[in-house]
Amino acid sequence: MTTTTQNIGQILQRYGIFIALAVMCLTLAVISENFLSTRNILNVLRQTSINGILAIGMTFVILTRGIDLSVGSVVAFAGLVATSLATTATTGMVGNGPYPALLAIAAGLSVGMACGAVSGVIVSRFHVPAFVATLGMLSAARGLALIYSGGRPIPSLTEEFRWIGTGSVWGIPVPIFLLIGTFAVAHFVLTQTRFGRHIYAVGGNPHAAKVSGLPVRGIRFSVYVIAGALAGLAGMILAARTGSALPQAGIAYELDAIAAVVIGGTSLAGGVGRVTGTLIGALLIGVMNNGLDLMGVESYYQQVIKGVLIVAAVMLDQSKNKQD
Amino acid sequence: MTPILEVEGLAKSFSGVPALIDGRFRLEAGSVHALCGGNGAGKSTFLKIIMGLHERDAGTIRRNGQEVDFSSPSGALRNGIAIVEQELSPVPAMSVAENVYMGREPLRSFGRIDFATLNRKTQDLLDGYGFAIRATDLMMDLTIAQTQLVEIAKALSYDAEVIILDEPTSALGEAEAEHLFDAIATLKAKGKGLIYVSHRLSEVFSIADHYTVFRDGKFVQDGAIGDIDKDQLIQLIVGRPLSEEFIKENTPGDQVVMRVHGLAAQRGVRDLSFQLHQGEILGFYGLMGSGRTEVLERLFGLSSETEGRIEIGGVEARIICPKDAIAAGLAFVTEDRKQTGLVLSGSVRDNLCLSNLGKLSLGGWMQGKREAISAARMIDVLKIKTAGDALEVEHLSGGNQQKVVLGKWFMTEPKILLLDEPTRGVDVGAKREIYRVMSDFARAGGAVIMVSAETDEILGMADRVIVLRDGLKAGELTRDALSAEELLRLAA
Repeated sequence: MTTTTQNIGQILQRYGIFIALAVMCLTLAVISENFLSTRNILNVLRQTSINGILAIGMTFVILTRGIDLSVGSVVAFAGLVATSLATTATTGMVGNGPYPALLAIAAGLSVGMACGAVSGVIVSRFHVPAFVATLGMLSAARGLALIYSGGRPIPSLTEEFRWIGTGSVWGIPVPIFLLIGTFAVAHFVLTQTRFGRHIYAVGGNPHAAKVSGLPVRGIRFSVYVIAGALAGLAGMILAARTGSALPQAGIAYELDAIAAVVIGGTSLAGGVGRVTGTLIGALLIGVMNNGLDLMGVESYYQQVIKGVLIVAAVMLDQSKNKQD
Repeated sequence: MTPILEVEGLAKSFSGVPALIDGRFRLEAGSVHALCGGNGAGKSTFLKIIMGLHERDAGTIRRNGQEVDFSSPSGALRNGIAIVEQELSPVPAMSVAENVYMGREPLRSFGRIDFATLNRKTQDLLDGYGFAIRATDLMMDLTIAQTQLVEIAKALSYDAEVIILDEPTSALGEAEAEHLFDAIATLKAKGKGLIYVSHRLSEVFSIADHYTVFRDGKFVQDGAIGDIDKDQLIQLIVGRPLSEEFIKENTPGDQVVMRVHGLAAQRGVRDLSFQLHQGEILGFYGLMGSGRTEVLERLFGLSSETEGRIEIGGVEARIICPKDAIAAGLAFVTEDRKQTGLVLSGSVRDNLCLSNLGKLSLGGWMQGKREAISAARMIDVLKIKTAGDALEVEHLSGGNQQKVVLGKWFMTEPKILLLDEPTRGVDVGAKREIYRVMSDFARAGGAVIMVSAETDEILGMADRVIVLRDGLKAGELTRDALSAEELLRLAA
């Protein structure tokens, strides 16, 4: 290959996802006059926030060659536990509720981290493949959510708690701030800190990481805790936004999260990827859903188009390593 | 004086099969101690236990007289023991600097990695040892030789008191190896102890002070290197006297089987012309980056370069993919058998039959019996030591794995054999058998192109040598004009 085509290839490969998002936005701006309205843009971002936060957690896991299929169930379980502390309805209330929102949020995050910790121990300590361990958690956490709530939704959340889903600061919805905050911290950790670089090392070559004296088990464990915590956060945003927590919330959310990570260029083989890509990937899915809605395309077709997009993104990614 | 490392009665079995029965070793400060033994002698297991990668079943390890037991490499590293492993193990998508200082990255405020310091420290380290590598390059963009140099630099960077070098020169050319030997001399002068493992006995004799020999998992003998000669050492390693290191019974004929004109290949190889005769072993020699491997890749259709004319048996051959090459009677044994030569988790039989599935199947159905017969023939002809043809290749020793790769290609009945570093990481005994296979192949009318960075191997086996320098033919030497000095003069 000559240097010029190589460069173009590199540019496409590095910024292809940005270009795709830009092209999609431009097209939608031309087709639909509503697309560029502040209201619609904030709407897209708010809708993306939950999947975006889940996908950022998923990125940590996938970078270590793992996968977390349980996040959708954890969304429901953590949302229920948190709201049970922040509801005024007697049916779902725990103890002498409602408690302060901060306590409820701490509980939701703890539940998410606990689920992640269980998956993490099973993967890192007992060497069960992540696919299997988190498939188990997917079922178990859903079951726990149903048991905890008795299969019923928890309605009537306190205004204080609902703020994380419906509130806004300077006219911008709180979930968007949460997404940006999560992204900023994740980006900083992955690119600037020792822990972040060790995640890449464990995913890129676990043996080399071990021989270099890295605590490989601890690193593997911690990424599931991170993914779990973020699933908990996403679950609480979802409940707060809709006003009630449902035991059947979050079904198949893990698939959209994985899709965003993969579209964002993170390799399922581990060790390669960026959380920036994940964020763009999540936005791409969000913008596409929104655009298809605006154009009046039925949701059934949307699923087909999303499928095509995921595969096309990975094909683009693969074309760079077509050495075989 | 207390030895800085003393090991007694070390033993380890894997699912009932003993890999190490009685490992013993005494390392003095300020010395280089060679650990010698064939494949399967237990050296790797021994080193892995010391490094905390395996748990031991029995035995004691004393560091400066104190008993130690590491459950992980981090324990060994903290205790001043570092290793360059035989199997290169880089994190491909990370930079050289990140690989070298992995787990010890310099930090700034808020736990941020100080990338500027990290890169500078690494560059100083590499420059200090004369390794021409940039700290900011990604590992995946380096050659195998450069990767090996990085791993060496990494082990040296720990400032450890005990440094284990397991086959550190297996991917290096002579010039790079010299840099390493200089570094070893410096470390020795600083009072470090080095455990040196190498199949290249000439290296052992030029840099080691002591030797310890393992055979079949047991300690055999140790002593000062000055008290033993090469033949005696080989005898200790293989357990029986060896007549000759090289076997060469072929004589090149006059008939030209391959004529190459104006060939271009990657890494700047251009305008390469040569002829290959029937019954000939043609050597390609050159330093790292000279294009020696790329020539073979081009001939086998693995290169994006297509310039040049290749004639095989007097007919022009258009080779743009390996299928063309195989059809033209070529076979290519690659440099890195684990990456590109074998399906490690596959059985000996499956691997042997892999390149010849067309002939061993009937309309897409594999013919199990035909496969078994063909595999059995190869195991017999090449004397592959295996418990059976259903055993996974990963359980074989390096030498036997290499024979499986050779056998796979022999099944396609090639006329021309392309060998890239055919004895890399293979013990003395198995090396000899691979030389026999080469010699027999050439004697039976085949032709061999052998790429090697090992001067001894080129001198011992080649009828004619083409020396490459920066992608160009620097010279051609016939067997009567061959000498190590002449090879190096042309290559450097």
